Amino acid sequence: MKYVDEFRDGALARKLAAAIRAEVAPDRRYAFMEFCGGHTHAISRYGVTDLLPPNVRMIHGPGCPVCVLPIGRIDMAIRLGLESGATIVSYGDCLRVPASGGLSLLKAKARGADIRMIYSAADALALAQKLPSRQVVFFAIGFETTTPPTALVIRQAQALGLGNFSVLCNHVLTPSAIISILESPDVRELGTVPLDGFIGPAHVSTVIGSRPYAFFAEEYRKPVVIAGFEPLDVMQAVRMLVRQVNQRRAEVENEFTRAVTEDGNLKAQALVAEVFELRRSFEWRGLGHVPYSALKIRRAFADFDAEVRFGLDYVAVADNKACECGAILRGVRKPTDCRIFGTVCTPENPMGSCMVSSEGACAAHYNFGRFRDVPVVAA
Amino acid sequence: MQDDAAGGGAMRGQIKKGYVRPLDLKRGRVDLGHGGGGRAMGQLVDEMFAAAFANEYLAQGDDGAVLPAPGAGERLVLATDAHVVSPLFFPGGDIGCLSVHGTVNDVAMMGARPLYLAAAFVLEEGFPLADLARIVQSMAAASRDAGVPVVTGDTKVVEQGKGDGVFITTTGVGALSPGRDISGRGARPGDVVLVSGTLGDHGTAILSQREALGFETEIVSDTAALHRLVENLLVAVPDVRVLRDPTRGGLATTLNEIATQSGVGITLDESAIPVDAQVEAACEFLGLDPLYVANEGKLVAVVPGERAAAALAALQAHPLGRRAAVIGEVSADPNRFVQIRTAFGGRRMVDWLTGEQLPRIC
Repeated sequence: MKYVDEFRDGALARKLAAAIRAEVAPDRRYAFMEFCGGHTHAISRYGVTDLLPPNVRMIHGPGCPVCVLPIGRIDMAIRLGLESGATIVSYGDCLRVPASGGLSLLKAKARGADIRMIYSAADALALAQKLPSRQVVFFAIGFETTTPPTALVIRQAQALGLGNFSVLCNHVLTPSAIISILESPDVRELGTVPLDGFIGPAHVSTVIGSRPYAFFAEEYRKPVVIAGFEPLDVMQAVRMLVRQVNQRRAEVENEFTRAVTEDGNLKAQALVAEVFELRRSFEWRGLGHVPYSALKIRRAFADFDAEVRFGLDYVAVADNKACECGAILRGVRKPTDCRIFGTVCTPENPMGSCMVSSEGACAAHYNFGRFRDVPVVAA
Repeated sequence: MQDDAAGGGAMRGQIKKGYVRPLDLKRGRVDLGHGGGGRAMGQLVDEMFAAAFANEYLAQGDDGAVLPAPGAGERLVLATDAHVVSPLFFPGGDIGCLSVHGTVNDVAMMGARPLYLAAAFVLEEGFPLADLARIVQSMAAASRDAGVPVVTGDTKVVEQGKGDGVFITTTGVGALSPGRDISGRGARPGDVVLVSGTLGDHGTAILSQREALGFETEIVSDTAALHRLVENLLVAVPDVRVLRDPTRGGLATTLNEIATQSGVGITLDESAIPVDAQVEAACEFLGLDPLYVANEGKLVAVVPGERAAAALAALQAHPLGRRAAVIGEVSADPNRFVQIRTAFGGRRMVDWLTGEQLPRIC
């Protein structure tokens, strides 16, 4: 594939690996968090860890949209589907996230709720137009990448005067999540999580630009390198982070210049600002209640806000006690530190959200890396 | 629409004695009467199925077909496969030919010579007879090409909304030569793994037709009967250990089944696995992994290491195996893991598929 294969080239990867090996200080450990699930996926899918020196550790961050979705929010959608008979539409990954009472959207579907998978926000709007006699609710999730399309369909629905379409909004913000991790006692005071820097989001940064990260670099003295989702991007970013650490720099650098500018996509930002405003607080799975970390639909568009239309209330639900998703999302624990990893909690029967999407730290390790946990058998 | 009386009174004079109006293949639709066991059903069976599949065994017209026994020392192989596919017609095929190929291949993967097929149709009320005729014709053509006749069958009609147009279940009987022992339990450390061609064509062709996706490709399904390719391979390499067709769940699922059944590990070379450039691009776009996408005209073979070259040559000599490749090797591994050396230079597992393959969000 032209324009993609170039970023997956094995020969280049070996050269980069050698360059990283040459640059790391042998007596020092490096721990970098890749914020995004897209990076986690690339690292696992291409076996990037095998190309990094043993003293460079990658910590999987909370940037997997379904992983940070709290149980209570999915419960809202399930209740809506089962009790008020609305048609609930969402992205594929969302449908399997475990909720209360052993349910998920997919299981609610088997119990008679009308739940459908869509590929884009535009599909949700089109479905509402096709089914005028049904209430169609788009269960919208994701970081800044998926927010502009949601804003767009809300505006279109208003222009069309579409009375049977609404959005249950769960859009969250990347910078607030990073602050929450940096402010957590584990990182800030106790130092139990050695965190030397971040690989910054790829697609999110195309929207918000590179500027919002300057604060972390300065305030928390952590280097940030924004990187694309291809494996060579990740390796190049690791090399740039190693270099910053070695030179005691803490700056925002942009490896993903082919798509990310300093300002980001101003049009998309304006659209989002028109339709959404900040929520005072939002619960994240793993991070708890994070102030100003999510968006809600502005009053001017309240007709399309499912929470308003159906009078939905949020009820917080605690995670399964044995589940370590919270600590794993903050980088405090590894998937294999969790007692139920791979035993009670598997991709077939996920207890925690990190086991659901292939971008989740636990599912990625289970599906791609589990062979590393057992004694090596000669091939 | 189907009328039950043969015309109005004014026409009576012109109608020949014994005339029965044939099925209206242009505008007719399946109705509940076609499954009722009465005349309408008899007509559907005669004009639609018996006409298309015509052969001496089906012509016996009884509840079952009486068939000659296979050769001396041969054992029987029986396989069955229910076919549900949406859309019913897709680039490169339809549910009709698919239902023949699927079961012929299941029999062939046992190393057996497919002999006969039985077919059961579940039709949904309201389904256009014209579409049914297309499906049955395609099925008959596939059966003729494969040299495997449909010798008996059954038809049921379900109410509208209780089916998805047409479901077809086919059952195949084959004869297995003495001494052949091909099974999922056969893989041994030191064996090599081959595939007969590019992976993911069928599943991607189907997905590209689903209306919600709205993307266009020229990818066509690889649906094909593989028994002649298998025969080619078995002549050159009689000691083939395992044969499987990587249908639903794709190559990854098939290899995990083999590793589990045989109690071995398998390691693949990503750069050796043949994937069509268009399929690769479509999967990239949809967030799918071609290793998990269905095939309907490909086989996986496990052969002893020293037979790799002979097996590859035999596969490549047949038109259905032109892009065959050696893609990995079998090792001793109590964990029965399937792993892959990525083209990028790393290593990872190729695990069982969880649920359905779903596109990722970001």
